[in-house]
Amino acid sequence: MKVLRPIIAVIALIVAGGVLGMSQGTQMLVGVILPSIAFLVFIVGIIRKVVDWSKSPVPFKIPTTCGQAKSLSFIKEDRFDCPNSKSDVIVRMILEIFLFRSLFRNTNAGVKSGDLPKLHYGPSLWLWLFGIMFHYTFLVIVLRHLRLFTEPVLPGIGLLEYFDGFVQVGAPVLYQSDLIFMGAITALFIRRLIMPQIRYISLDTDYFPLLLIFSIGATGMLMRHYFRVDVTGIKELTMGIVTLNWTNPGTIHPIFFIHVTLVSTLMIYFPFSKLTHAAGIFFSPTRNMANDSRATRHINPWNDPNIKPHSYADYEDEFRQFMVDADIPVEKELPPAPAAEKKEEVTE
Amino acid sequence: MYDKGKVLIGLAIFLVLALSVVGYNMTAGDNKKPEPEKPKGYTACVKSTDYMKSSHMVLLNEWRDEVIREGKREMVKTPEGIMVEKSLQNGCMHCHTSKVKFCDRCHEYASVKPYCWDCHLAPVEPADGKEAI
Ligand code: HEC
Ligand code: HEC
Ligand code: HEC
Repeated sequence: MKVLRPIIAVIALIVAGGVLGMSQGTQMLVGVILPSIAFLVFIVGIIRKVVDWSKSPVPFKIPTTCGQAKSLSFIKEDRFDCPNSKSDVIVRMILEIFLFRSLFRNTNAGVKSGDLPKLHYGPSLWLWLFGIMFHYTFLVIVLRHLRLFTEPVLPGIGLLEYFDGFVQVGAPVLYQSDLIFMGAITALFIRRLIMPQIRYISLDTDYFPLLLIFSIGATGMLMRHYFRVDVTGIKELTMGIVTLNWTNPGTIHPIFFIHVTLVSTLMIYFPFSKLTHAAGIFFSPTRNMANDSRATRHINPWNDPNIKPHSYADYEDEFRQFMVDADIPVEKELPPAPAAEKKEEVTE
Repeated sequence: MYDKGKVLIGLAIFLVLALSVVGYNMTAGDNKKPEPEKPKGYTACVKSTDYMKSSHMVLLNEWRDEVIREGKREMVKTPEGIMVEKSLQNGCMHCHTSKVKFCDRCHEYASVKPYCWDCHLAPVEPADGKEAI
């Protein structure tokens, strides 16, 4: 099973992080040096990917259109599903990035039983729902972590923590985002396992990030609510990383180092995997192009500059005589003098 | 590179966001670990210092449940042999006489604002401390 190898990989990472996090000597390695390197790999990797993408030509104008294109004035245009201008494209991209509209449009074919079984297509919103829950809670969690990387803590983080812990359950308070995050990532993983057609197309590289991110969330929650760690000590360590003033207070539970090993793996893995869709979405020609190929000419960068465009008018100029001879209608007639009789034929 | 201008702007935004944390801390200046003022006249907390550092809120939560839900108001014995009330105001704050100079020093550093003080009274701070909230 394709899910087995990712499971083994994640377990190996957890064991490695735990073993290295157990002794003071190697804590520096997994707790400070590894994440620093991982962060650099993440940044450089993303930049390289983006530069690479931006060097790839887009030969054709291929926006996916999901609505009525701009047409006659009395036909209602679907501006953001069939964008006609740059500003429409920008709105469409913003909606895609913040609301995942293309996932929202997901449909599902099913058979409705009745007197006669009937095929029907209905909306299938689970993927969109879990996807958006996952991404937004991930964002909240990343932002909350800034309390460990800024001193004095960035304004606004406290407010975020306050609203996230609004239900005031337990001490330290349980964050709602943690629960939603774990629920969503679990659902996304189970979806791949139990739906036969999704399982069929799932690869190691689909399961691995899900399992990795699940383990990151799980170790994080265990650290906060079960093992209990010295958070002030951890902040000393994390502040050491961002101010390049490396320290290890030496009072930190190994679970922290497991968490950090997994997060570092995620940062390193990110630019080289499907996870780069975060940057890739900006480079999707099916999303970032306007459907205006009739109004503006899209120049294919692959075109040989020596091959000049050949318009219809030029074409007719070149072949007018043959066309007229073959009774093909022409836009511009032959010069009148020598072809008086042929003109009649044409107007017939 | 196609669309060079746009790509470079995007990359610049990415870099600024990614490195802003480092830049912020460079300009924000002092990054000192908190030094909560230890109570004078006592040598030990209610439990081991390691446990208190990481899990004092768990202990407080346990105390709260025991006192309010189960009515177990009996005193607790510290390793030092002192009997303390299972209480936030009369227990913890009996020894840790300043919220500002003890609890808040760590909490500001770790960005935690326990909501306990919405109801519970903090000890009156001496004039030189910040005003008690
Ligand atoms: C060694 C530093 C330190 C000291 C001193 C300290 N705390 Fe804390 N406290 C923390 C940290 C760090 C957290 C957050 C733990 C976390 O985020 O997992 C915390 C969290 C809490 C919480 C849970 C808050 C929440 O909403 O999650 C309570 C309640 C609390 N502290 C009460 C107190 C009281 C009362 C005092 C003073 C008697 C005190 N603490 C002193 C470091 C400290
Ligand atoms: C008997 C007096 C006493 C009581 C009651 C008491 N403490 Fe302490 N506490 C101390 C002493 C003394 C220390 C310093 C121990 C040390 O330095 O090893 C301490 C240390 C701590 C620390 C660790 C600070 C650090 O940075 O090392 C925390 C957190 C703490 N107490 C919280 C509490 C909380 C919360 C309560 C109430 C549940 C409480 N204490 C009740 C005397 C007390
Ligand atoms: C909504 C107001 C409110 C809030 C918020 C609150 N408490 Fe209380 N607490 C009370 C009341 C009322 C009692 C009952 C006092 C009694 O019966 O002696 C109490 C009792 C307690 C007790 C036991 C008795 C005592 O005198 O301290 C503890 C311990 C306690 N609270 C801890 C906490 C902690 C820790 C927090 C923050 C995480 C907190 N409380 C937040 C209202 C509150």
